[in-house]
Amino acid sequence: MTPLSSYLLVAALLFAVGLAGSLTRRNAILVLIGIELMLNAANLNLIAFWRYGPHPEALTGMMFAIFSIAVAAAEAAVGLGLVIHVHRHAHTTDLDAMNRMKG
Amino acid sequence: MQEDFTQPIVIATQCYGTFAARILWLIPAVPMMAAGAIALLKQSHRKSSALLAIGSLSFSLFLALFEFAYVVSGWAHGGRTLETFNFTWIQTGASNVELGWVLDPLSAIMLVMVTFVGLLIFIYSTGYMERDGNYTRFFCFLSLFAGAMLGVVIANSLLLLFMCWELVGLTSYLLIGFWYQKPSAAAAAKKAFLTTRVGDVFFLLGMVWLFAQSGTLLFYSNGSGSMEAGALAGLLAQPAAFGLTAAGAIGTLIFAGAVGKSGQFPLHIWLPDAMEGPTPVSALIHAATMVAAGVYLIARVYPLMRDGALNGGSTASLSAVTWVGAFTAVFAALIAVAQNDIKRILAYSTVSQLGYMMAGLGMGGVAVGMFHLITHAFFKALLFLGAGSAIHGCHEEQDIRKMGGLRSDMPVTFLTYAIGMLALCGFPLLFSGFWSKDGILEAARHWSVAKAPFYMLVFGAALTAFYMTRQVAYVFFGHWRGQKPAHESPAVMTAPLAILAFFAMALGLIGTPVWPWFRAFLEGRAAGFDPRGLAEPGFLALMCISATAVFIGLALGWRLYGDRSPRANEPDIAEKAMPFVWRWLRDRLYVDELYEATVIAFYRQWGRAADWLDRWFWGGAVDGVARIFREWAKLSKFLDANVVDGCFDKGCDELSAGGGLLSRAQNGRAQSYLRILALAVAALAAILIWSCRA
Amino acid sequence: MSFVFYPIAALAVAGGLAAVLLKNTVHCALALTVAFAGLALLFLQLDAQFAGFAQILVYIGAVAILVVFAILLTRGSETPRDGVYSRHWTSGLAIAAGVFAVLGLAVLQSAQVLPHETGTIKATVMQIGNALVARYVLALEIVAALLTTATIGAVIVATHEKDGAE
Repeated sequence: MTPLSSYLLVAALLFAVGLAGSLTRRNAILVLIGIELMLNAANLNLIAFWRYGPHPEALTGMMFAIFSIAVAAAEAAVGLGLVIHVHRHAHTTDLDAMNRMKG
Repeated sequence: MQEDFTQPIVIATQCYGTFAARILWLIPAVPMMAAGAIALLKQSHRKSSALLAIGSLSFSLFLALFEFAYVVSGWAHGGRTLETFNFTWIQTGASNVELGWVLDPLSAIMLVMVTFVGLLIFIYSTGYMERDGNYTRFFCFLSLFAGAMLGVVIANSLLLLFMCWELVGLTSYLLIGFWYQKPSAAAAAKKAFLTTRVGDVFFLLGMVWLFAQSGTLLFYSNGSGSMEAGALAGLLAQPAAFGLTAAGAIGTLIFAGAVGKSGQFPLHIWLPDAMEGPTPVSALIHAATMVAAGVYLIARVYPLMRDGALNGGSTASLSAVTWVGAFTAVFAALIAVAQNDIKRILAYSTVSQLGYMMAGLGMGGVAVGMFHLITHAFFKALLFLGAGSAIHGCHEEQDIRKMGGLRSDMPVTFLTYAIGMLALCGFPLLFSGFWSKDGILEAARHWSVAKAPFYMLVFGAALTAFYMTRQVAYVFFGHWRGQKPAHESPAVMTAPLAILAFFAMALGLIGTPVWPWFRAFLEGRAAGFDPRGLAEPGFLALMCISATAVFIGLALGWRLYGDRSPRANEPDIAEKAMPFVWRWLRDRLYVDELYEATVIAFYRQWGRAADWLDRWFWGGAVDGVARIFREWAKLSKFLDANVVDGCFDKGCDELSAGGGLLSRAQNGRAQSYLRILALAVAALAAILIWSCRA
Repeated sequence: MSFVFYPIAALAVAGGLAAVLLKNTVHCALALTVAFAGLALLFLQLDAQFAGFAQILVYIGAVAILVVFAILLTRGSETPRDGVYSRHWTSGLAIAAGVFAVLGLAVLQSAQVLPHETGTIKATVMQIGNALVARYVLALEIVAALLTTATIGAVIVATHEKDGAE
């Protein structure tokens, strides 16, 4: 059996990749893609800990992951709808250009 | 009557807190309360104010007669009454200050005299002050004076006596300056107050010394009073300066207070000027009562001054009293010869007679001096009231050269005035003045220290007769020299004159050697009726000497002035004979001018220096302080505006700039926010993970 | 069995890297799908069959398609003029590296206390269904409401405005 730490490291790596993506790309949709990657990495963490944890029969980790998937789907829907809406007004999805909320 | 004047008087009984002693305080309190009530009345309530004043003094007279009867009955049963009522006024830890009142023969006699003469003068004033606008104020002050004087009489404590003494001085000031719109009256009042003040300083010193030495200011207090044996022994043992004992020094200091109040030389200058007040005031205050308060004071503290006499001689303080009194008697009589104001002659006569009283006290003891005081009160009040009647009848004219012939115009006044004048001169046998003055002359003749006072007093008697004859001749004989015709005074003024005239003659009865009731009463001994008293050789010779002096004066005066009616502006006959001497005497021997040049000039300079000091020195200091504060305020304002406000404004500017700097982080780009968020979360996670581990 | 893990893991990571690195946005979305698939396989390897199939159904079947639709609707297939990376891409990279460092260190340092592999477990659908309606019923209801709200919201947000405020 692969040790738990491997799964955790993979999850960490995926998380970092998703974070890097959302921080460095210009396109708003790619930011959302990065966020999806981060969420998935967290789900992986949850399932791994559920599997190797003390009470896997309680299904806690699994439920958490399932709910996380549901919420992530809802959030993706709303977020992408917002991006589309903003695109209609600004005719661009470039985040660097969207700075009208500056202080 | 050879008396041993050095033996202390034996007190038979001293009672404390009897009914008679307890109600003593009402005698001065009722007139004072009446004065307070009159002060609240309006000027138009003339009748009520007069009624209040006369009523209150009648009540006091009634009570005084009751007390007098009580003391007389005690004397009749043997022994000398001495009843006191004392109470503590201030408690100061170790020593208390006590006040109280005393009822003994001395105070009983004085009470009757003051209330009786006072009442007669009150009644007289209702007529004299009829046309005055300040009627109510006059009676208010008169009542207050009566209360204060009675307070002096009943005081058993030197402190209470002093307080009432000052009050008497105050009312004297108020009454001398009654017509204060007249500058001369205001100046006279001020002069009286200040001159008596000089004496009062010494009085206060003596009082404080007595309190410090004996621990009490009460006269009699069941053996522990300051006039009783224990305290006196202590005071005699204590030496003071100039070879005096403490007792002698204290007695001399208290006598200095009496010098001021009773107008002895050198503090006599206020009494003649005090004639600016209304005549009833002169009669009551400056003849009968207030000036007698000095003599009464000496009589009260007599045990202090008398004890310690060496080998039947006299003490130093009593000698001082005698010499001052004798000198004043002659001095004032000389000045009276050359005066032209009817009241001023009487004023100097009062000063002279007070000198007689003081000499009598010094040489003969309490009874001698007090007898002359009592008789003098009656005939001097009579003379003043008669003078007032004459002034009233001559339409407020006071210069004797402008009067004349009043014998026919004002017969009642003339008769009573003549009786008073003869009593004052000491006309033999019929008049009280003769017997009282003879008592003094006899004491002077037997005085062991020197014989000079005797000759001075005899000379003074001759002078008295002379100037009184001059005055009576000018005023009542000759032709009327005034403008309008004179008229007799109303009955309300002449009735008191008659009553006083009666007493001026009758009082002599109680002081003759045939029946020495007065002396025996004061000393608590039995008085025997002894016709052989007159037959003593020394006494007969003395009577002849004094009678001769009186007749010489009367004859000389009549020869020069009687039945000659000089014109108003013609100079006096004696003046024509001795112009230089006359001028000196008329100008009162320049005592006032001497004081003006020395004491008053000194004080004027001092006042100027004080003013300079106050204006430049203290004023400058105050200005300096004000300036410092003003500069401080300016500095404060500068600091506040520039430092405090500046710092505050600068701080706000910096804050604003800082805010501006920080707001650049809000660039409106979601990605940069996200970056910072991620960084913060990473840092937080690191901290949490590794802090748990550690 | 561990040797299966490494290729699957590599697949997932490669898909993720491709998703953030590729220039063409559509290619990014497709790479994302690959990453999702990899993760689903990892779930299956971890005996979380339901989670794995849910992942495939939801993520690959819905989210990835949604992303593709969004890209196409916003003309994301065209390459922008200034390049695909933002101006401050280095700081982003550094932060991500820092995060990975923190997480990696935390995992590696606690390797000795991590629990050992246990035996086989069964997580049947029946068990999951029981848990959903018994223990997690509140969460179920809330998620249901959330999904409803999100759906309505997404529709409203993305709808054309009729008043011509384009």
